[in-house]
Amino acid sequence: MMGKKKTGGIRQSKQDRILSYIMNGIVILFCLYCLFPFLYVLGSSFETENNILRYGYTFIPRKFTLAAYKAVLLGGGVLKAYGVTIFTAAVGTVLSMVVTITLAYPLAQKKLKFRNQITFFVYFTMLFNGGLVPTYLLISKYLGMKNNIWVLVLPVMFNPWNMFLMRNFFSGIPGELAESAYMDGANEFQILLRIVLPVSVPGIATISLFYVLMYWNQWFNSMLYIEDRNLMTLQYYIMDLMRSAEAMKQLAMSTGVSVSNLPEETLKLATTIVTIGPVVFIYPFVQKYFTQGLTVGAIKG
Amino acid sequence: MKNGKKKNQKPGGRMSMADVGKELWKNKFLYCMAIPGIVWVCLFSYVPLYGILIAFKKYSASAGIWGSPWIGLENFKFLFNYKGIGRVFFNTIFLNILFIVFGTSMSVLLAILFSEIKNKKFKKVSQSVAIFPNFISWTVISMILTTIIGSSGMINSILAKMGHEPLAIYSNPTPWPFILVLLKIWQGAGYGSIVYVATITGFDTGIYEAARVDGASKFQQITRITLPMLKPTIILLTLMSIGNIFKGDFGMIYALVGDSAKLYPTVDVVDTFTYRALRQLNDLGMSTATSFFQSIVGCLMVLVSNAIVRKVEPDSAIF
Repeated sequence: MMGKKKTGGIRQSKQDRILSYIMNGIVILFCLYCLFPFLYVLGSSFETENNILRYGYTFIPRKFTLAAYKAVLLGGGVLKAYGVTIFTAAVGTVLSMVVTITLAYPLAQKKLKFRNQITFFVYFTMLFNGGLVPTYLLISKYLGMKNNIWVLVLPVMFNPWNMFLMRNFFSGIPGELAESAYMDGANEFQILLRIVLPVSVPGIATISLFYVLMYWNQWFNSMLYIEDRNLMTLQYYIMDLMRSAEAMKQLAMSTGVSVSNLPEETLKLATTIVTIGPVVFIYPFVQKYFTQGLTVGAIKG
Repeated sequence: MKNGKKKNQKPGGRMSMADVGKELWKNKFLYCMAIPGIVWVCLFSYVPLYGILIAFKKYSASAGIWGSPWIGLENFKFLFNYKGIGRVFFNTIFLNILFIVFGTSMSVLLAILFSEIKNKKFKKVSQSVAIFPNFISWTVISMILTTIIGSSGMINSILAKMGHEPLAIYSNPTPWPFILVLLKIWQGAGYGSIVYVATITGFDTGIYEAARVDGASKFQQITRITLPMLKPTIILLTLMSIGNIFKGDFGMIYALVGDSAKLYPTVDVVDTFTYRALRQLNDLGMSTATSFFQSIVGCLMVLVSNAIVRKVEPDSAIF
């Protein structure tokens, strides 16, 4: 099927070939299953509002239009949310990586006597935590971080799971490299910066990707702590858009009056596409590291 | 971490203060480096533990946590007598079992299929496509879902074309466990297969060669070699998810269902309940009691599953 002729010395039996076709078929079906919702939304987002209301959503627009995307960009709300999200993703990921690496590296050093204690100290938080209310009170009442953009960064900045993955990467680096630098009088900071980090690129790329996505996809803290519409994250903006559109529809149904002439349906779809967009673009760049990096960390963990 | 280490750490038992000081000084750079992380963990993970006291108090904002009066186990009594709470606990565990069973099966199946693909390009592209949905947030997925099962979504327009009445899926709780499983597979199965693909890649190819020489068909190789050899990994990962069986996927369920009470009978889980107790009922005591109870059960589950892992696969035990 994929143009394969005889590969090895042993001939494939007919039965094996059929099985092969079936297996490839299932993979293709699964990929289509993964893709069709995106294509459905993408196609519909280029359709005119009237056609959507009349004929429903579609893979291929009957009449191609960019109206919804224009409305999204002119509306401004998305752009603001984009700004907030990009800020948290950029600043947050850098801070996250600093905290994660600086804790993971010492914990990977066998010579550190208290590393078991510190490891348990961190691990315990994965087993047991205060829960929603204590965290909510701490952040909103005692730290006073409501409606503050940093509430989208600081409370979620560190993830023990990522830290342990990172530590596993560092543990896998041969000790001789650092040892010789140590002999030459370099301190641990210099060793980390000049020797360890350059050889840990796959690990760093993987963990950074995890953090970037975490920030990019975050809405919970936005929902809990942010009331200022200028500080909404992109994901919460979408949620809000959906909920308020739903509310408008209910209102329109009960009063019999259409509330707005905005292209609501297509607007929602275009916003969705605009939100997914950047992820699609960064994904191929990090994917190479990603599979490799994740498996190294996960298997050793 | 590993058990053997503790014993030969120090023959004389505890370290003296001077030894502690010496160790801290000797590795001062390493300990300094660890400070930001430790401070973060203290502030955002350990300080909230103090707030668990709220579970045993009649909390009032003006009196603060310490000033609020003690009420013993009242909050827990109220919680366990709350109408529909049994349903919430059941849903949490039931949905997680569904996710584990179907998610794992699908991930293993995909991993086997991926590793049998000969064409490199096809392999890479299909894997990328299958993993991709994992990077989409549940809010976006929720939006996408309305275009499929919403009142004017794909399913209803197909039904309309066939002359059927539209389905009000968003107000009917019955199909939701099924929908959630489909979405979980859509979002996580490809991603979950990565670990299994890596495990299969690590298998000794000699075994397959020998089997082929003996005339084993592809199907036999999969069922007699690949699956049995994957078994330890499957058991390990399943046990690890069983440790989390009392944790609901708030991000998923709240984003998809929100506050629509009609769907609670099948989708309301501990975490959405905790959230509702805080935001809608404004009952901080009960909310805290719920998460405390959840933490205790979760902790026990992790300890139990870890004990089993240690029996089955000592090397993979977490502690």
